[in-house]
Amino acid sequence: MEHVLQTASPGHNRLKPITGIKVEVAGQTTASGCGTSGGEGKASCGTSDGENDMPPEIWEKVKNHPCYSEEAHHHYARMHVAVAPACNIQCNYCNRKYDCSNESRPGVVSQKLTPDQAVKKVIAVASEIPQMTVLGIAGPGDALANPQKTFETFRMLQEQAPDIKLCLSTNGLMLPDYVDEIAKYNVDHVTITINMIDAEVGEKIYPWIFYNHKRYYGREAAQILTDRQMLGLEMLTARGILTKINSVLIPGVNDQHLYEVNRAVKSRGAFLHNIMPLISEAEHGTVYGLTGQRGPSAQELKEVQDACMGGANLMRHCRQCRADAVGLLGEDRSDEFTQDKVDQMDVIYDLEKRRAYQEQVEIERQAQNTAKQSALAKQADGDDDIKVLVAVATTGGGKVNEHFGHATEFQIYEITAASTTFVGHRRVDLYCQGGFGEDEQLPSIVSAINDCHAVLVAKIGACPRDELLAAGIEPVDAYAHEFIEKAALTWFADYRARVTSGEISHQPRGDASIRQGAFMAA
Amino acid sequence: MAYKIVASQCTGCSACDPECPNQAIFEKNGVFYIKPEKCTECIGHFDEAQCVAACPVDKTCIIDTAYPRYQAA
Repeated sequence: MEHVLQTASPGHNRLKPITGIKVEVAGQTTASGCGTSGGEGKASCGTSDGENDMPPEIWEKVKNHPCYSEEAHHHYARMHVAVAPACNIQCNYCNRKYDCSNESRPGVVSQKLTPDQAVKKVIAVASEIPQMTVLGIAGPGDALANPQKTFETFRMLQEQAPDIKLCLSTNGLMLPDYVDEIAKYNVDHVTITINMIDAEVGEKIYPWIFYNHKRYYGREAAQILTDRQMLGLEMLTARGILTKINSVLIPGVNDQHLYEVNRAVKSRGAFLHNIMPLISEAEHGTVYGLTGQRGPSAQELKEVQDACMGGANLMRHCRQCRADAVGLLGEDRSDEFTQDKVDQMDVIYDLEKRRAYQEQVEIERQAQNTAKQSALAKQADGDDDIKVLVAVATTGGGKVNEHFGHATEFQIYEITAASTTFVGHRRVDLYCQGGFGEDEQLPSIVSAINDCHAVLVAKIGACPRDELLAAGIEPVDAYAHEFIEKAALTWFADYRARVTSGEISHQPRGDASIRQGAFMAA
Repeated sequence: MAYKIVASQCTGCSACDPECPNQAIFEKNGVFYIKPEKCTECIGHFDEAQCVAACPVDKTCIIDTAYPRYQAA
């Protein structure tokens, strides 16, 4: 395997592939000194607010978790293993013939794995990608509708790769029965998908459940489901297991109701409420897709997220990844780890090497945070209340290091004179294909980042540059390979200076659309 | 009669397998099948056929008319 780690940027300060690592490791020290420690400004560690909001022991658990901390997501990778194919409820946004379109991505779980195969794959990936620190079981069905397979996988992993954090994701129906087992395997993060707490809302989302050897329909089914979810959540909280709630925002069905859901889950101890947009397309064959139920716009999503997720920037980067995703940021390297390839790999699990690499990552994070703090310090004189969104093309490492034409997603930051806040990501179709720009792709990219004032890239061609300018979005390549927050703040200072001097006038931007369909970045 | 699984409809999700009270369900090449000689249509076990109730795809577990109706002993 000769590929270079995806965090590596083409510019300076790049992380070397693990084979070239030269880091002195003193004894058994684990990675520490995360850039998070200095995160006063918003979003420095994904959740700088979170750091202040939450008890230190919770912060300690989530700060390096790529699914929770946006900032960690730039540096650490997660993987899911598809050992849990069965599900016990039917959701209107999911068509089981094509797997779950919302949380596992439609039709793209390439291989179901046995627990043995899954463990071998995890060890292989962890050896090849030393930033891989988190293993989740999220389906493609429900982790707890397949309890033997899920827990057998956890048991073996705890023996063979004790440094990997374990997570699972469930609809909650069977959760009360398995809380003790979850505690036994030291699973410190559980995600429950809760879309409602009122059966009247629930019957519009769940046509049926299978429970205690019986199928229940409609309101009765929704009532059982919500009762079980709330009980399961309370039991997890009582055992000190961190619980995150995922909710799918379905306009006209539960958009207003999610505020009530938020209160209910927070009062029962959920540490985070992640609001995700409905993904609904006719070709997914889901009930919502076929009946034309639309997903939310970027503004509609942000409104509910702002209310439910609070100031904490945890999870804004959630990509609703597939149940067999492997890798960092939006990337998916699962093709490199198919069963055939894993079978042929000669794998040695080198805990020390992984630790050494992760220490290097921490140094890089610290540098990113320092850069942000110094850029913020320079902004201190700005007292206007201009607030803008900027889109950033990045391949990871927390830097502006992706070519506009190669970007399959943009990270969106909200910038004020005194803060940078990560607000989410937008998937786009690749503009540059085979070396030539595809002009028909550009309008869809513009509509995906239409609420942004600028797009920060490592490089951009003349043609898309002109088109973006015409759409009122400023293409910026002056900060190539710099840390994102520093680049965004420096650009913003320049922008404000131009507004002040009268060179340009500050205009509000419109809404943007959320791209539907699976994230299929190659 | 017994139940059978329409292979072209089966997603291979395995939801039916652990529910069968007769261990009549087995997997072959990613798709699940019912051994008709073992299937009791869940009569005497449950009110509804468990494979039918658990299956996420409608009309996938159906009565196999090639076999006579199961008679409880």
